[in-house]
Amino acid sequence: MPFVTPKSQQRTYDVIVVGSGAAGGQTAYTLSMEGARVLMLEAGRRYRPEGETPMFQTPDLAPLGGVGTPQKPFGFYDATVDGGWQVPGEPYVRTTEEHAGRFDWWRARMLGGRTNHWGRISLRNGPYDFKPKSRDGLGFDWPIGYEDVAPYYDKVELLIGVYGSSEGLENTPDSPPGCLLPPPKPIVSDYLIAQRARRLGVPAIPGHRAVLTRALDHTANPRRIHPGNERAQRILAADMASRAPCLWATPCGRGCSIRANYQSTTVHLPPALATGNLDITTDAMVYEVTLAADGHASGVSYVDRTTGAHEHASARVVVLAASACESARILLNSKSTHFPDGLANSSGKVGRYLMDTVGSDVSGQVPLLESLPPLNEDAADGHQLYTPWWLYKEQLAGKLGFARGYHIEFGGGKRMPGPGTGSGLEWLTGGNYGRKFKEDVRRYYGSFVYFSGRGEMIPNENSYCEIDPGGVKDRFGIPVLRFHWQWSEHETRQAAHMQRTFGDIIEAMGGKPQKIETDGAKAIAPGGLIIHEVGGTIMGADPRVSVTNQWCQTWDVPNLFVTDGGVFPSNADKNPTLTIMAIAWRAADHILASLRRKEL
Amino acid sequence: MDRRTTIKWMLAASAAWPAGRAAAGPPTHGTALLRPPATPGYGTDPDLVTPHKRGEFWPLTLSAAQRRLAAVLSDLIIPADEHSPSASGVGVVDFIDEWVSAPYPTQQRDRPVVLEGFAWLDAEGARRGARGFAELDAARQAAVCDLLCDATRAAPEHREAAHFFALYRDLTAAAFYSSPAGAKDLGYIGNVPLTSFDGAPPELLKKLNLT
Repeated sequence: MPFVTPKSQQRTYDVIVVGSGAAGGQTAYTLSMEGARVLMLEAGRRYRPEGETPMFQTPDLAPLGGVGTPQKPFGFYDATVDGGWQVPGEPYVRTTEEHAGRFDWWRARMLGGRTNHWGRISLRNGPYDFKPKSRDGLGFDWPIGYEDVAPYYDKVELLIGVYGSSEGLENTPDSPPGCLLPPPKPIVSDYLIAQRARRLGVPAIPGHRAVLTRALDHTANPRRIHPGNERAQRILAADMASRAPCLWATPCGRGCSIRANYQSTTVHLPPALATGNLDITTDAMVYEVTLAADGHASGVSYVDRTTGAHEHASARVVVLAASACESARILLNSKSTHFPDGLANSSGKVGRYLMDTVGSDVSGQVPLLESLPPLNEDAADGHQLYTPWWLYKEQLAGKLGFARGYHIEFGGGKRMPGPGTGSGLEWLTGGNYGRKFKEDVRRYYGSFVYFSGRGEMIPNENSYCEIDPGGVKDRFGIPVLRFHWQWSEHETRQAAHMQRTFGDIIEAMGGKPQKIETDGAKAIAPGGLIIHEVGGTIMGADPRVSVTNQWCQTWDVPNLFVTDGGVFPSNADKNPTLTIMAIAWRAADHILASLRRKEL
Repeated sequence: MDRRTTIKWMLAASAAWPAGRAAAGPPTHGTALLRPPATPGYGTDPDLVTPHKRGEFWPLTLSAAQRRLAAVLSDLIIPADEHSPSASGVGVVDFIDEWVSAPYPTQQRDRPVVLEGFAWLDAEGARRGARGFAELDAARQAAVCDLLCDATRAAPEHREAAHFFALYRDLTAAAFYSSPAGAKDLGYIGNVPLTSFDGAPPELLKKLNLT
């Protein structure tokens, strides 16, 4: 089975999966590899990384040197097509444009969604991250603990390929032997950052990213991933063997035509399609989950973007994996006499507790890194090393003034020169021209370092989405979301702490920070900018205050699941993608068991 | 590198230019076409694999005289030396023409700054006895650049022109260092496939006391 149109779909399926990114890809992968018949619906177009990825293209061959524009926000060569914080014809509303209260909603309307361009940072949540309320009294606990998710982290790492190391650090889980690929070797600036950060008590350890630093073990891994399922093992082994390891060049954000990093389109979908159990319809903009007379979900309605026609697909189980906000939107738009406030919303919590990641960056210039000899520092495209949160004890003792931690993504090096090279040097040079200017650009090239803090936001009552009460609709006639956003002092103080810490590290390197913003409210990136939005359909142990149970199964409609980041009741500093996949895999296993028992 | 940081660095130059500053800038000297013709841009789904030519997605709009001035100024900022050719030798003028002709907000904000800066330079050239800036001799061109190149030390009456000069220098650098010649000038040796990555050379780490 293959890519199908609304007309060539089968009459019915075991499971409909809405969305094709990390959540949809993982859900459909698990289900189809284990024998369920799956229809995946993706709002965007079909996308073929093998032929569409600009692997070695240089900035001079792109318009404007490839800088970001509203049509390509992360640059011309970024893998995202038909996506961004604004998508033509698909507006959303927010209550304010002010820095403090705005939320920008990223979408990628393409097969594979945002997995095509993401940063590939793949960190496990730790034990504290599933029980944050138990630890400090704030936010919500998950109805599951690290031990419930750990076997799925193992499987995801074995499947997609994640480099990293096990360091035995607090709340920074180790992986069992064989799960991680070796980390890439650090570059000069990594060594310098690590040396000077450690002098300040800030650790630096190998990063974790979904990049193949060597080929995956296509003999051992499939057996560990699909025990007892020889067909799945065979299909996966063949696919895994065809993925090439990293060639240490070209930015991962462009995607990878040799499939050396994880994208849903290069890792989840090919073996899932090879089972024959997966059909995919692209350009299918789902707007409603439909109900049978008995209150079960019967399928979904969608607009075929190529014809404008309204279509319907049916299945025994419906899984929403459309991204946190889009899945909430579909539920809120699925109104009926039984569910006047939207489907699966008896708790009133659909759309509530949206969270993003706290983000704040500092860059600086380091004389020790000036005028180094030519070096190839493309490496693994950054994140050879990183800093996990290191102040757990001080924080628990109440010494920091904010309740949750952050990790640091840092880097530097002689990156591919481009439109940023040689720009904005006045803060170092005063400003000149001619031969002196060229000498200065040579001197400073490769001497810059950056630090990006990525921290936990605690869910609050004032950060949520709802169907726009003003009645705005998108080009398909589907009511749009309105966003409300508010940071608490836990987040803004954390951002200020990031700024001070990064400034200290740069100074410990003998360098000069470009700008330190100690006002946390100004230092924090607006909501949605880090594109780690989760929540909106949170899981919990109590149907009165959560939308799904621990299996991502909605409390109100037993054959309706949400497997994307929407179910996160907390948003640890760890980037959400790996956890999205682990949770989706766990939910898919539950769906499979329920289907076999004829419970769904 | 973190994607957002990359983009931030890329945009740092133009983002540092407050919107609306142009409106309070130097007299326009009758500069035409402060806004380029409306075009849809390259869209949200352009072909990323095929090399693109300047002017392919929207028309270039600088006049012959403006392009001549652009080349002179770019080459004052990045002249040829023993390492690499001059800016105009690697297509910088086309890049700048494409930039100021583009339909996007950053570029549209930069356009009047550049065009008014050109007009200011020509007026200054005329004040110094030539037809325009491009017709001044090299020493007198340099004398004008000396007035503008450090915005923090520019005289109050030159401050706006100095802001233009900083923007133009950023655009020139953006174009030049995006080119293969610019990358070579900096000794960039990446963007080639490797079978293994060896990391930092041990002897260099030793020299830097990083082992």
